[in-house]
Amino acid sequence: MTSPSTTTHAAPVMEPLMVEAVGVRKHFGDNEVLKGIDLAVRPGEVVSLLGPSGSGKSTFLRCINHLESIDGGEISVNGHLVGYRRAGGKKYELKPREIATARRDVGMVFQRFNLFPHLTALENVMEAPVFVKGVARTEARQTATDLLARVGLADKPAAYPAQLSGGQQQRVAIARALAMQPRLMLFDEPTSALDPELVGEVLDVMKGLAADGMTMIVVTHEMGFAREVCDRVVFMDGGVIVEAGPPSDVFTNPQHPRTRSFLSKVI
Amino acid sequence: MATTVEQTTAPAHADEPIVPLRHPGRWVAAVVLAVLVAMFVSFLLTTPQLRLDLVVGYLFERSVLRGLLTTIELTVVAMLVGVALGTVLAIMRLSDNPLLRIVAATYVAVFRGTPILVQLLFWFFLGTVLPNISLGVPFGPELFSVSTNTVISQFAAAILGLGLNEAAYMAEIVRAGIGSVDRGQVEAAHALGMGPALTYRRVILPQAARVIVPPTANEVISMLKLTSLALVIGLPELTTTVQLIYGRNFQQIPLLIVASIWYLVLTTVLTVIQARIERRMSRGVLSSPVRRTRFSFGGR
Repeated sequence: MTSPSTTTHAAPVMEPLMVEAVGVRKHFGDNEVLKGIDLAVRPGEVVSLLGPSGSGKSTFLRCINHLESIDGGEISVNGHLVGYRRAGGKKYELKPREIATARRDVGMVFQRFNLFPHLTALENVMEAPVFVKGVARTEARQTATDLLARVGLADKPAAYPAQLSGGQQQRVAIARALAMQPRLMLFDEPTSALDPELVGEVLDVMKGLAADGMTMIVVTHEMGFAREVCDRVVFMDGGVIVEAGPPSDVFTNPQHPRTRSFLSKVI
Repeated sequence: MATTVEQTTAPAHADEPIVPLRHPGRWVAAVVLAVLVAMFVSFLLTTPQLRLDLVVGYLFERSVLRGLLTTIELTVVAMLVGVALGTVLAIMRLSDNPLLRIVAATYVAVFRGTPILVQLLFWFFLGTVLPNISLGVPFGPELFSVSTNTVISQFAAAILGLGLNEAAYMAEIVRAGIGSVDRGQVEAAHALGMGPALTYRRVILPQAARVIVPPTANEVISMLKLTSLALVIGLPELTTTVQLIYGRNFQQIPLLIVASIWYLVLTTVLTVIQARIERRMSRGVLSSPVRRTRFSFGGR
């Protein structure tokens, strides 16, 4: 039963989980945006989080690498508690530098790319290996060049972000995240800010990543991508997971009325 | 011969030449300006009391050049103090630590809220209320003590007065620069595993610099002129030096012209440097082509 990334829902008992979220709660002031999220993601799995805007899916994604702190429950990535250290029956908040170290294993791609505008495409990709990991420049340059080629931008190393199209920027952003050799990649609506004709080039890179066995959690509105590439889709609404399962089940035979109504609007 | 005004398009007129808009107002302005320049030149040449010979003679006089050097030193050191301390204050102001925020806000309030002339005199006369600067346990034993007047020379008082005051203004400039950096940049840096210090150094400050540099260059130019206030504590920089000279020979205007020429030379150099730095810092921003000022009279 341990064949990678094809069969899904019930996670095999002994395999270590890449992401394990238990009872995750989060509120902004009086507004409770996550009301107890449980989710387990195995290595190599590709999971998409679907749901209407305001359902909490982006917030949950940001909690996984502690860009948002959580108010209840806990999350662990690759066997390490996110944001806290457990000792003597208590959870101690980590220092910013310890959190930074923990984030090296988790790559993130943002809706608005967030490339560093003062650096070229190549420098964007080299930045974290050189300054966070202390990789030698020549080595980092080689890796970055290879990564840019992998996302189809071998000809753009010297371009500044402002000189690239949205799709190209997002592909540089993916290369930048991959440069840290993450074990998990988080995508926060990676194609939502793109012109329609540029969506495909970004999705193609993500499909390639999935095929190479990268563990991915993708918040998206691209139903085609979710259906075609993901092992599992998780439908969220109102801060809870309403329904989860293989795309073939959820898309063709949604169980919950809210899933049905959402899918009928977006497909 | 009457010309007919035709507003309709017709294929027959498609190739007619286009006459550019004329600018008669520029000619009028040029004539007025030429008259004013002529009046000024005649004033310069026909007023012997101006003693332009003295201006030329004192321009490179040794004590004037020494004063000029002191002015430059004061400007550089006071700005270094201002920028370094101002950056620290800005980061304190944006810190999560409420105590640091209050300290920085109080500093800015005090140093921006009192005249710089008062601050200069304050540091200069500090020795009258605090004869010794000592380090030790409050209300307890002293570990180290030194006479205030030996530490705070005229130059040190000027640096304290100008630099600490400048830090308050720079703090606001740096804070605005940091605030201009998109929040997503910080998140991207954090997501890549950068800690707070690295995020500041590699992501926030380089981008904030584009917003910080132009007003800072203005601050440098402003500081260059503010150093003349050191006159009140008798520090022989450029203005004090020419004042000492015209105190002896009563040629106030020629010597003030000497000082003005040097200030103008320095501010011009600084303006050129400022333009260069700004061009370099616009890396990564789709730059609008540099607009050169052209002066042309209507038509050709």
